[in-house]
Amino acid sequence: MADFPENLKYTTEHEWLDQSTPAVIGVTDVAAEALGDVVYLELPEVGATIEAGSVVGEIESTKSVSELYSPVSGTVTEVNSEAVDNPEIVNQDPYGKGWLFKVEVTGAGELLSAAQYAEHTGS
Amino acid sequence: MGEDRKTPLHDEHVALGASMTPFGGWLMPLRYTSDLAEHRAVREAAGLFDLSHMGDISVTGPDAAAFLDHALVGYISKVREMGARYSMICAEDGSVLDDLIVYHNAPGEYSVIANASNAELVLAKLRERTAGFDVVLKDVQPGQALIAVQGPRAEEIMLATAGLVEDAEISGGTAFADLKYYACMGMRFEGEPVLVGRTGYTGEDGFEIWVSADKAVALWRAFLAAGEPLGLVPAGLSARDSLRLEAGMPLYGHELDTTTTPFEAGMGRVVRLDKATEDGTPIPFVGREALAARKESAPARVLVGLRGEGRRPARADYEVVQRGVGTEVGAVVGRVTSGAPSPTLGYPIAMAYVTPEVSAEGTELAVDVRGRAEPFVVVPMPFYRRPQN
Repeated sequence: MADFPENLKYTTEHEWLDQSTPAVIGVTDVAAEALGDVVYLELPEVGATIEAGSVVGEIESTKSVSELYSPVSGTVTEVNSEAVDNPEIVNQDPYGKGWLFKVEVTGAGELLSAAQYAEHTGS
Repeated sequence: MGEDRKTPLHDEHVALGASMTPFGGWLMPLRYTSDLAEHRAVREAAGLFDLSHMGDISVTGPDAAAFLDHALVGYISKVREMGARYSMICAEDGSVLDDLIVYHNAPGEYSVIANASNAELVLAKLRERTAGFDVVLKDVQPGQALIAVQGPRAEEIMLATAGLVEDAEISGGTAFADLKYYACMGMRFEGEPVLVGRTGYTGEDGFEIWVSADKAVALWRAFLAAGEPLGLVPAGLSARDSLRLEAGMPLYGHELDTTTTPFEAGMGRVVRLDKATEDGTPIPFVGREALAARKESAPARVLVGLRGEGRRPARADYEVVQRGVGTEVGAVVGRVTSGAPSPTLGYPIAMAYVTPEVSAEGTELAVDVRGRAEPFVVVPMPFYRRPQN
C-alpha cells in the first residue's frame, strides 16, 4: 500500500505540490517506481513563466522518458540542481531531497488530495 | 491473444517483489529492485535471470544436422558435439525471421533456442522445411525452465550451488572446469539431468541451465542461496536489455527483423555460403540465393554504434540526422534501433541503421531527441568488452 503525505496535493500525472511559498513540486513515488532508475532530468529554467498542465521538463529513466507537467502556473524561482546532478535521489527520496522545482504561484490546475490521489492510483 | 503465460518461476518473482511485464506472450520480471543495481551486479558479481520464455525446439533423427544446414544459414553440421552456435533462420528473400542459438547437446541431437516472440513461427518454419529429411521436431519448452547465471562470479556460484553436481555418465565428455564459452554439458541437479551451456546475452561470462519445471524453483533458490554471499542478485528484463546493448548484441524486433538481412546487421559472418558436401557440392539452404546476391551488392544501410556526447539518450525509432548548427535538426540519415544511457560507461549509447556514407567510425552525427538534435558520434561495437584475465 502506498502512503502519500497528507500535507501535499497531487496531480493525475503523478506530480506532488507542497503549497508553501514558493510552492515546491516533485514527482510521487508511484511515478518514481514506474519510471525505474531516473538518469536524466530536464527542468524548467529559473525565471521561466509556466502554465498549469503544460509540459515543463522531462524525466528520463534507464528504460523510458516521460514528460513533467506543472501542477501550477507562475514563475520558477529555483530548480533542484542536486537532483539534476544526481537524479537517483528522485528514486531514493521523491518527497524530500528529490524535489524538482519551486514556483511563485499565480494559479493552479486541478489538484487532488492524498486520498483522491490514492484512489486515482488504485492503491 | 490469450493471457500472458507464466513461467515455472513466476511465484518466485512475485515473492521477490518483481515488477512483472508482458513480453513475447509471457509475464516476465522487468526488475526486482533497480535496473541499475541489477545491471551493475552482473558486471561486478553476478545476476540470476529467468529465461524460461525462450523457445526450445529439439531436432533429432538421422538427418538432424543436414536438416539444420538446410533450414538455417549457419554451418550446423560443423558444430561439434556439446558445442553451441549463434545462427539465424531466414526467409527465401534473405530477411531474418529470428536469431537463434543451436546446441549440439547429444550425439546427433540439437536444441534450437528461439526468441519467445518468434518461437511459434520458428517451429512452423522449421516444420515447413523438413521435406526430404528424416528428422523429428519437438517443442520441448513446455515443462522446463531456463535459468541463467551471468557475471564474473558465475563460475564460482555454479561450483557453490548445493545439489548441482557433475556426472561423467551424462556430461558428454566435458568436466565443468574445462567447459568452454559456447559449449555445453550435462550435469545433475538433485539427481535429475540438467543441460548447462556456457552462453549468455550480457557480455559477461556465464551459464544457462535448462531444468525440468518440477525442479526449477529448487534450482533458482539454490543459486540464490549459493550466490547471494558472492553478490548475486535476481535481474530482470530491463537489466538484460541494457547489458546486451552495451555488449553490442542485437535484439530481434530492434536490430533484426523481416526487413533486414544478416549483412546489414553486421552479422554476415553467420551466413555460411561455403556450406558444401564432402565432394564440394554447395549445400542449398533457405535464403541462399538472395543472401549470396546481397553479399555482393552495396548495402543501403548499415548498423552502427553511436556514442552520445551529451547526457540525453537516444531511444528506439528516433531519427539519426546530420549534425547541424546547435540543436537544429539536420537531414535524416538513419534510425535508432536501441538506445539507453549506459550504466557501465556513464554516457548514452545506441545502435542505429544509417546510410553507408555516414557509417565510418568517428563520423559526427546527431539524433533527433524529441525535436532537439543531440550530438552522437559513430563508434565501434561492442561498447563494452569484459576485462580479460
